[in-house]
Amino acid sequence: MKHLLRSASLAGVAAVALTLSACGGGDDAAQDSGEVAPTDAQAEITYAIWDENQKDAIDQNVKDFNEKYPNIKVTVDLTPYQQYFTKLQTQGESRTLPDVFWMNGPNVQLYAANDLLQPITGLVEAGELDPANYPEPMNELYTFEGAQYAVPKDFDTVALWYNKALFEKAGVDLPTDDWTWEEFTDAATTISDELSDDGVYGVVTELNGGGQSSYYDSILQAGGHVISEDGTTSGYDDPASIEGLQLWADLVADGGSPTVQQLSDTKPAVWFSSGKAAMMWSGNWSVAELKDSANKDDFGTVRLPAGPEQRATVIHGVGNVVAAHSENKAAANAFLAYLGSEEAQRTQAEMGAANPAFTGTQQAFVDSVPNFGIQVFLDSAEDMAFPYPISQNTAAWNALENELLPQAFSGKRPVEEVAQELADSMNAELAKE
Amino acid sequence: MTSVDHRTAPRAARGRHDGWWPVLFVLPTMFGVVLFYLWPIVQTGYFSFTEWGAFGGQTWVGTENYARLAQDPDLGTAAVNTLVYTAIVLLGVPVAMGIASLLNRPGMRFTAFYRVLYFMPYVAMPTAVAMVWRLIFNGDFGIFNWALGLVGVDGPAWTSTPGFALVAVSIVGLWTSLGFAIIILSAGLRTIPPELYEAASLDGATAWRQFRSVTVPLLTPSVFFVTVITVINGFQLFDLLYALMGQANPAMQETQSLVYLFYNEAFLRNDKGYAAAVAMVILLIVGAVTLLQFRMQRRWVTYA
Repeated sequence: MKHLLRSASLAGVAAVALTLSACGGGDDAAQDSGEVAPTDAQAEITYAIWDENQKDAIDQNVKDFNEKYPNIKVTVDLTPYQQYFTKLQTQGESRTLPDVFWMNGPNVQLYAANDLLQPITGLVEAGELDPANYPEPMNELYTFEGAQYAVPKDFDTVALWYNKALFEKAGVDLPTDDWTWEEFTDAATTISDELSDDGVYGVVTELNGGGQSSYYDSILQAGGHVISEDGTTSGYDDPASIEGLQLWADLVADGGSPTVQQLSDTKPAVWFSSGKAAMMWSGNWSVAELKDSANKDDFGTVRLPAGPEQRATVIHGVGNVVAAHSENKAAANAFLAYLGSEEAQRTQAEMGAANPAFTGTQQAFVDSVPNFGIQVFLDSAEDMAFPYPISQNTAAWNALENELLPQAFSGKRPVEEVAQELADSMNAELAKE
Repeated sequence: MTSVDHRTAPRAARGRHDGWWPVLFVLPTMFGVVLFYLWPIVQTGYFSFTEWGAFGGQTWVGTENYARLAQDPDLGTAAVNTLVYTAIVLLGVPVAMGIASLLNRPGMRFTAFYRVLYFMPYVAMPTAVAMVWRLIFNGDFGIFNWALGLVGVDGPAWTSTPGFALVAVSIVGLWTSLGFAIIILSAGLRTIPPELYEAASLDGATAWRQFRSVTVPLLTPSVFFVTVITVINGFQLFDLLYALMGQANPAMQETQSLVYLFYNEAFLRNDKGYAAAVAMVILLIVGAVTLLQFRMQRRWVTYA
């Protein structure tokens, strides 16, 4: 073990030394270039991603890219999401980032502010990419201090997934696009009561490990906010935000939802996919997993219920970026431009991997699973989507959310008290940025 | 006695004439140890007095990190959890001693097979082991609670309820480390000369008396070794905890170990300067405990 570690560290040191020497020549000149490799260019580049469910579609993208650029070898580097950004941070620190990689909203400002990403401005000016092809909120998400850093790859909104068979069994009317919070919570608790012998719950969602599919949406529906628009203060102490959190604490207390412990032991998607939960708040990323479920014929989707203030869902999406210190920038640019193309994104859609960002290609994704009715995710993006809350060091307060909010959802402490503590600690973190 | 004197005298003389040769032979190893073990410790020590930007760039902040650490309630929780975990895993040592002596009984069949069986968890990947135990401990659908249900006990969600989670992690830790202890103690048992047992039985000692008066005292050096290693491993608890509980676990704050605290600060909150201070505290605690163990060994370890 020790020998392994030692040789690994040696290799690491060697790699750093190599990169450092390589950085010496002409790197800064290429900083903002939109230079794209000629089709006969020879290079090897790495493409880092985190979703195993999308690996097949990505491999297909690489294959198609190689039709045009036969001599650029692309190595796909798959790291599970839980470790992805830990690894990326270490690579960023030693300036050995992959040439092209996936980026998300919570992290983009951190990497952009530290000059680790290449703005796509040059490629846009060269006519290789056109931001107008992607939804405006996605372009905004990846714009920092006036420059756009990522090419939107896909986007996701959140909707209400439901299991028709379980609704019928419990004798509850199927959900509609016009549901309110009251109708939703009534249905959830009724189903839990009716089907308690089968161990079936009314609703599941992610309550620890990120609020995208649960409290980020309910906070907006109640008229609250997670972070101020300028990204400088926390919104968790806003009474409307507290109301949004209370929705989930009440559902857990009334038995409409499993406890935080149960959701930690068995992930929400597993509860829903195995027919042990009648509803799930989740995004269109669940398609890839649910289309293989044994109960897939019973699944459908409607919009999230309307809260006391408004209808709302957060919108977020993955973007592709090129590392500022890439040694093969021309080849990386060529691949980035291809990934942003209509052809590449249509492939993603047709293979049911993700809801693509390129306007007009989403229909292929909707058609890949006709019985799920996932048009609702696109409609939600159209008229009820709000930007995903981020700041420069989002990870710092995301850790606080994961640490504190489960105490409120489990009923261990009053929601208001936890929200106040979270707001205070989050403001302290934001002040450091 | 004289023969011993003869032997030591020339060796000491040779040492004087060898000059720098021994140093030269040690050099390659020393190079590795200094570069990859000692130098990082010195660096971490320095970083613990700095504030570290997300991607490098340190600013000197003096003892601020340590002052903050002294106020941090998580440090106390993590230290207590680590101690409790280590204590429970140490309970495996007497168990291992019992199993090892059973395996060492003359006439015992398939001993090699049993030894492999017990050793397997130790060489299996902690993450893979944790994935399986996670299923076993699952509150709603786990086999453990199903078994408890047969006798009318409604089991908790083992890996996500504060208190129970630490016990669950410790049980798996004990189970994993048992194989290592058994192998070391078995080897220790084989070094005990059979004549001693022969003499003891001639004197009319029962099997239990032989175990207590011959086996246990002569096994103490092996027990000492196993204890030191178990304690050091116990203080490094991370991968098992991380894989068994998962990052977003409602019980994590109450169950975190010292190394998890370090991981959380360094890699989740990007506060590497503060994390370096945590690492230095872990180093001090492990150093102090190991020193204490070596001090104590004079009281109970018998070197035959």
